[in-house]
Amino acid sequence: MSTPGKFPLRKTIYWGAHYLMIAAFVAFALFPLYWLLKVSVTPNDILYTEGVRMWPSRTTWDNYTFVLTQSHFPHYFMNSVIVSGCTALFTCIIAAITGYAFSRFRFNGKIIIVALMLITQMFPLVMLIAPIFRILAPLGLTDSLTGLIIVYTAFNVPFATFLMQSFFDGIPKDLEEAAMIDGNTRFEAFRRIILPLTLPGIAATLGFVFTAAWSELLFALMLVSSESASTFPVGLLSFVSKFGVDFGQMMAAGVLALIPACAFFLLIQRYLVQGLTAGAVKG
Amino acid sequence: MDGDKPVTNMTDVGKRPAARRGVFSRRLSGILEPYYYVSPAVVLIIAVMLMPLILGLSYAFRDIRILNPFSGGFVGLAHFQALMHDSAFLGALINTAWWTFGSLAFQFTLGLVLALLLNRQFAGRRLVQALVFLPWAVPTFLSGLNWAWMFNPVVGPLPHWLTSLGIMDTPFNILSDPDLAMWGPIIANIWFGIPFFAITLLAALQSIPGELYEAASIDGATTRQQFVSITIPFLAPTIAITLMLRTIWIANFADLIVVMTKGGPADSTQIVASYIFTQAFRRLDFGYASAIAAVLLVLLLAYALGVIALRRAMTHADS
Repeated sequence: MSTPGKFPLRKTIYWGAHYLMIAAFVAFALFPLYWLLKVSVTPNDILYTEGVRMWPSRTTWDNYTFVLTQSHFPHYFMNSVIVSGCTALFTCIIAAITGYAFSRFRFNGKIIIVALMLITQMFPLVMLIAPIFRILAPLGLTDSLTGLIIVYTAFNVPFATFLMQSFFDGIPKDLEEAAMIDGNTRFEAFRRIILPLTLPGIAATLGFVFTAAWSELLFALMLVSSESASTFPVGLLSFVSKFGVDFGQMMAAGVLALIPACAFFLLIQRYLVQGLTAGAVKG
Repeated sequence: MDGDKPVTNMTDVGKRPAARRGVFSRRLSGILEPYYYVSPAVVLIIAVMLMPLILGLSYAFRDIRILNPFSGGFVGLAHFQALMHDSAFLGALINTAWWTFGSLAFQFTLGLVLALLLNRQFAGRRLVQALVFLPWAVPTFLSGLNWAWMFNPVVGPLPHWLTSLGIMDTPFNILSDPDLAMWGPIIANIWFGIPFFAITLLAALQSIPGELYEAASIDGATTRQQFVSITIPFLAPTIAITLMLRTIWIANFADLIVVMTKGGPADSTQIVASYIFTQAFRRLDFGYASAIAAVLLVLLLAYALGVIALRRAMTHADS
C-alpha cells in the first residue's frame, strides 16, 4: 500500500503530516483526562490563581483523602461494582447460551427472536423509563440494586448475544459433534469443549457489559432515590449539585470513577475492532 | 455423569445414552433444545423491554402523574394536542436535528481520518490505538461532567484559550449562553464518538484484500486512484449502515445533555430524548413523557424506512 520511494521529499512530508495528525488526535483524546487529573491534585488555595497552568506548582492528595474517608463515594463505588459485576456476569451467561443457539441451531421462530433483539437496539431506551418505574415500584424493585441489575441485564443481552454468536461462529462444529459421539449431551459438549475455547471472547463480552453498566446514568437516576442504593454516577451528580464549588474533590471522585472503566478497557482493547464490528455491522 | 453410562458389553449403539430413550422423546427434545437455550434471553427481553414498550405506548393516551393519586384516566389524544402547542417540544425537534447531524458529521469525518491514519503500519501504532480509543471507555456521565468543567472559566482552560486567540472578548462559559450552549454537548459527543467510527471503519479497512492494492499499483494506479476506486467502494456499505444506526443512536442519546446543561439555558439544548427524561424524572408526568416518546418513535421509524427506501431506489437505479 506504501507509495514507491520515487519522491523521498514527498514521502518525508507525508509521514511528517501523518505523525502530526496522529499527535493531534492523541492530544484531543487525552487532554480532558489529563486536566481532570491535574485539578484533582491541585491544592484548593492555588486552584484559581493557577487556573490555566499546565501543572500546579504544588500538588496534594487531600482531595483523594477526603473523597475516600469523609464522603459516601466508597459506598457508591461498591454499589456500582456490585451492579456492574452482576450485570456483566448474568448477561454473559445468558448471552453465551443464546449466542450458541443462534450459531448452531436452525429452528422455527429464530428470525423473529433475532428481529426482536435487533429492534431493542433501535428504539429509544429513554421511553422505557416511565413504564419500567411503574412496573418495578409495586415489586419493591425501585431503589434497589437488584432492580438495576435486572434492567441492565435485559438491556445488554441483545448486543452481548450477537457478540458471543460471532465468537461461536469462529469455532468449528466438528469439535462438539465429536464430543457428542463420545456420549456427551450437547449441553455438556458446549460447557466442556466450546466454552473454554471462547474464554477470550467471554472476557471481552464481560468487559463491554461491565463498562456499559458502569456508565449508565438515566435509569439509575430514575430508579434510585436513596443514598444507600446510589450508584457512582448518581452519587457524583448529586455531589456536583450539592457541593458544586469543590472542583478538586469532584474531580478526584471523577478519577475514581475512571479507574474500573479504564481497567476493563485495557482488557478488551484487543477485541474492540472485532467486537464492535460484530455488534454494529454484522448484527 | 458416570452413572449414566450403560454397562459395558453392549453394542456400539448401546454406548450412547441417548439411544436408550425412545425415538419419539429423543426427537422431541431435539426439537425443543434450541428453545431451552434462547428462553432466558427471550423471557427477559419481553418482560423488561417489550412489555414496558407497549405499556408506555398506552400511557401516551392516559393521564399518569406519579404525584397525583387521582390520575390514571384515559385522555385520548389530549397529550398530542398539547404537544402541538408546546414550544419547548417544537424547539426540541429542531435541536435534535442540530445535535444529531452536528455530532455525526464531525464524528464521522474525524473517525474516518483516524481510521485511515491507523490503517498504515508505523512505530508505536498499538499504543496510539489504545490511547485514541480511550474516550470511548470513559463513562458518559464523566465525559459530560469533565467537558462541562473544561468549558467553565473558573477551572477550565478552554474559555481562557479562546480569549487569548481573540475568539472571545472575556472568558465566559458557553454552556450558559443560549446561542452557543449546544456546542458544549456536541463537542463532548464528538470526543466520545470518534473512537466508535474509527474502530468500525478500521475493521472494514482491514478486511480489504491487500492484493487489490498490489494489482492496482502494478497497473500504475496512483494512491489517490486506489483510494477512490478500491477503498471507497469497499467502505461504502459499512459507512451507510453505521451512519444510519448512529443517527438513531445519537438522536436518542440524552446523557451528555442531561449532565452538562439539563436542557438549558432556556431549553436551548433540550433534545427530544432529554425532554422525555425531564418530563418523567423532574415533573413525574409519565403520560406526557410517553406521548413525546411515541412521537420520537414514529419519527425514528419514518427516518429508518426513508433511508431503506432510498437505498433500495439507488441500488435499483444502478442495475
